[in-house]
Amino acid sequence: MSDVLTRRRQAGEAGTARPATGNLLHARGLTKRFGDILANDHVDLGLNKGEIHALLGENGAGKSTLVKMFYGALEPDGGEIIWQGKPVVIDNPASARALGIGMVFQHFSLFEALTVVENIALALPNPGNMKALAARITDVSEDYGLPLNPQDVVADLPVGIRQRIEIVRCLLQEPQLIIMDEPTSVLTPQEADRLFLTLQRLAGEGCAVLYISHRLEEVQRICHHATILRHGKVVSECDPSLETASSLASMMVGSEVIGVNHGAMAPEPGPVRLKLSGLSAPAATPFATRLNNIDLEVHTGEIIAIAGVAGNGQGELFDAISGEMRVDPGMVVLDGRACGNRDVTWRRRQNAAFVPEERLGHGAVPGLKLSSNIVLTRHGTGDGLVGTGFVSTARAAELEQKIKTTYDVRMSHDDPEARSLSGGNLQKFVVGRELDRNPGVLVVNQPTWGVDAGAAALIRQALIDLARSGSAVLVISQDLDEIFEIADRIAVISRGHLSVPEDARSMTRERVGILMAGGAEKNAGRA
Amino acid sequence: MLDIVQAVLLTVITAATPLLIAAIGELVVERSGVLNLGVEGMMIMGAVVGFAAANQSGSGALGVLAAIVAGMAMSALFGFLVLGLVTNQVATGLALTILGLGVSGMIGEAFIGVPGLRLPKLDIPVLSDIPFIGPVVFQQDAIVYLSFALVGIVSYCLFRTRIGLILRAVGDNHTSAHALGYSVLKVRFLAVLFGGGCAGLAGSYMSLAYTPQWVENMTAGRGWIALALVVFSSWLPMRVIAGAYLFGAVTVLTFHAQALGAGIPSQFLSSLPYLATIVVLVLISANRRLTLVNTPACLGKPFVPDR
Repeated sequence: MSDVLTRRRQAGEAGTARPATGNLLHARGLTKRFGDILANDHVDLGLNKGEIHALLGENGAGKSTLVKMFYGALEPDGGEIIWQGKPVVIDNPASARALGIGMVFQHFSLFEALTVVENIALALPNPGNMKALAARITDVSEDYGLPLNPQDVVADLPVGIRQRIEIVRCLLQEPQLIIMDEPTSVLTPQEADRLFLTLQRLAGEGCAVLYISHRLEEVQRICHHATILRHGKVVSECDPSLETASSLASMMVGSEVIGVNHGAMAPEPGPVRLKLSGLSAPAATPFATRLNNIDLEVHTGEIIAIAGVAGNGQGELFDAISGEMRVDPGMVVLDGRACGNRDVTWRRRQNAAFVPEERLGHGAVPGLKLSSNIVLTRHGTGDGLVGTGFVSTARAAELEQKIKTTYDVRMSHDDPEARSLSGGNLQKFVVGRELDRNPGVLVVNQPTWGVDAGAAALIRQALIDLARSGSAVLVISQDLDEIFEIADRIAVISRGHLSVPEDARSMTRERVGILMAGGAEKNAGRA
Repeated sequence: MLDIVQAVLLTVITAATPLLIAAIGELVVERSGVLNLGVEGMMIMGAVVGFAAANQSGSGALGVLAAIVAGMAMSALFGFLVLGLVTNQVATGLALTILGLGVSGMIGEAFIGVPGLRLPKLDIPVLSDIPFIGPVVFQQDAIVYLSFALVGIVSYCLFRTRIGLILRAVGDNHTSAHALGYSVLKVRFLAVLFGGGCAGLAGSYMSLAYTPQWVENMTAGRGWIALALVVFSSWLPMRVIAGAYLFGAVTVLTFHAQALGAGIPSQFLSSLPYLATIVVLVLISANRRLTLVNTPACLGKPFVPDR
C-alpha cells in the first residue's frame, strides 16, 4: 500500500511542479485531541497561492477539525500554522479574517431573522455605513455572477442563495484563502458550474481555495491538488486530475471501494406497490412548497429516484407518502389500498417503511438509546416489541444487536444514545432499522447525505438488494452521482411538480439539470 | 367629568410606567436569547432597596440609583448561574423571583409603616400649562420621561447600531455568532445586567412614586405582567409602549370597576393582560414568518462555547 501511495505522491508532484511546502499557508504537525480521540494527528499541509486544494476524507477523518483550526474556531493542542512565512496564532475567527482567511460553512452560519446586508456586516470588522455596504454587496455579487438583494431577509431565501451570501461575505473580506465545506451539496449542476467558475476566477486572482467535498468527480474537475486524511492523519497527497474517482475513494477509505452490484432486473415490471395519483397539497407555511398533481407508480423490483434541488417539495412529498401530512385517501395507494388519510403506523402495518432526511431529531431521538429508537418505528409492526402495553427491552436489544452486525454500525459501547453516533453510523442504523423489517415499500429521503464513501456504498447496495428481492423502493436524493448509481428510473421534482420517470440508462445529467430548472413543470401537463 | 378622566389618565401613566421599564429591560435580555423569569424578584428588590436608600439618605435620586444597582446585582447572580454554570434558565429565573420576594421581605421589615419619599414631579414650563393635556403629559416625575427615552434608545440601538445587530445575531443563532467570533456569553451577560437594572428601576418607581411606602410583596405580580408584555409586543420595543399602557389601563380599570360596583368581577379584569398575551401568542405562532423574524430563535437555549 505504502509503495502505491509514494508512487501517487510522486506522480502528483511531477504533474503540477508544485512546491512541497505551501507559500501561503503551511501547517506543521497540527494536533487536536478530543478526549480519547486524536481528531488530528500531526497533520502537515501546504497551500499555495492561487491553488484550489481539495481536502478529502471519510466522515470523522478530521477535515472539519483541521479547517476549524485554520479558521480560529478550535485551538490546536500541538503544531504550528505558518502564514506567508511567519508563524501565527489564530486564536479566534476574527483574527483569521484579519489575516485574510474566510470560510463558507457546510451548515450555513447565517442569521435567519436578519437581512442579507446585516448578515454580511456581522462578518466584517469595519462594515461602515449600511447603505454603502449594501451598494458594495450588489456590486461585488453581480461582478462574480452571484446576484443578491441586500435587503432580503434570509429566512425567505432558498439554500442556493444562502450559500451566495456566505460566499459574497467572504469575498468582501478580500480573502487570500477561502475554506469551503461541502459547497455543492445543495446546488443544481448548473449552480455548481457557476460556483466553479467563481472559484476558478478567484484562483486566477491569486486566492487559494481549500475545498472539502465528498464528490470526487468535481474534485477531479476543479482541484489542482488534494490532501487525503484518514483517522486524523495525512495518508496521501496527489493531483486529483491524474487519479480516478475510485482510486481517490480507495485512498480515503484505505481499501478498494466495492462498486454497487445491480443484480438482475426482472424483464417485465412487477405489480405496482406504491401509487401516487393526482397528489396535491397546499403549502402549509409560506416557506413550504405546494405539491401539484403528482402521479407516480413504483413497481415491485425497481428503484425510482427523485432528483431535485433542496426545497422543491421533496420534504412535502415524503411527508405525504409517509403519512406525516394527510391528504385525500386516493392520492396515496399502498399495495392497492388507499391510505392518503391514514397515519404513519397504519402505513407501516401495510408493510411500508420510511427513512426521513434528517437522521438526528426526525429519524432518531438524539437522547434515546438505539434500542429505544427501534421501538419508536417498529412498535406496531408485529416485531414483538410491545406486548399488553409493555415494551420488551430484551427484544429491542436483540434487534439492536442484529442491525448493528448486519449494517456495520460502529459504536464505542453497547446500545449508546443516538446522538453519540457519527453521521454515517447513525444513517446506517436508521436505514438498517427499516431494511431489517424487509418492507414491501421503502421510501428514503437523502439516504447517504453527508455519509462517507464506505457507508454510502453499503447503504446503496442494501437498497438495490431490497428492490431486487421484490420490494418497491423510492429514493429522494439531491446527489446525482447516487441517483445514477442506483436508480432504474429517474424523475425530477421542481417546485412541487414531478416529471415523468425516465429510464436511467437513457437519462443524462444535462437532461436532469434542465428538468431541475423547471422543465418538469411543462412535462406535468403532458403526464 | 374632565377631572375624573384626567385623574384616571394620571393613574394609568403611573400604573404603566413600571411595566414599561421592566418590559423593555426584559425585551433586551430575550433578544439576546436569555429568558429571565426573575423579573418579579429583581423588581421587588429594587423597590425595597430604593425605598431604604432614599429613606436613609433623604435623596430620591440616590434611592433610584441604589435600586438599579440592586436589580443588576440580582441579575448578575442569575447571569453567573445561567451563563457561567449553564443552569436551567426557567428554574433559575423562578428561584430568583422567590429569592427576591424573601430577601426583600427581610430587608423591608424595618421600613413597614415608615412614611416614604415621593419623587418630585417635573413641571415642563409652558407645556404643562396646556389645559387638560399639560398636567397629564408634562407634569410627571423624571422616571416617566426616562421610560419613553429608554424605549426610544433601545429601539434605535437594536435596529440601527452595530451593538444591536450583534445582540440580535446572538439571540437568533448563537452557534453562528460564535463561529463569526463574537462572545456570546459576554453579550448575553451584559444584556442580562441591563435587564436587571431596568427591573430595579421599575421597582423603585413602585416604592418611590406609585405608592411611596414599603409594603411587602408590593410589586404584586407586575414582574410577570412585564414578562407577558415582551411576548405581547412580539419583541418589538415600540409595541411595548402600547402593551404597557393597555395593561396599565386594565390594572386601573380593575380598581375603578370595583369602586363603581360594575358587574364584572375584578378577578376577570386582572386576568385580562394574561388572556391578551395568550391571544397574541396564538396569533404569532399562526404566522410562521412573524415568528421567524421577530422571535429570538435561541431564546432559553443554553450555549457552551467550544473554545
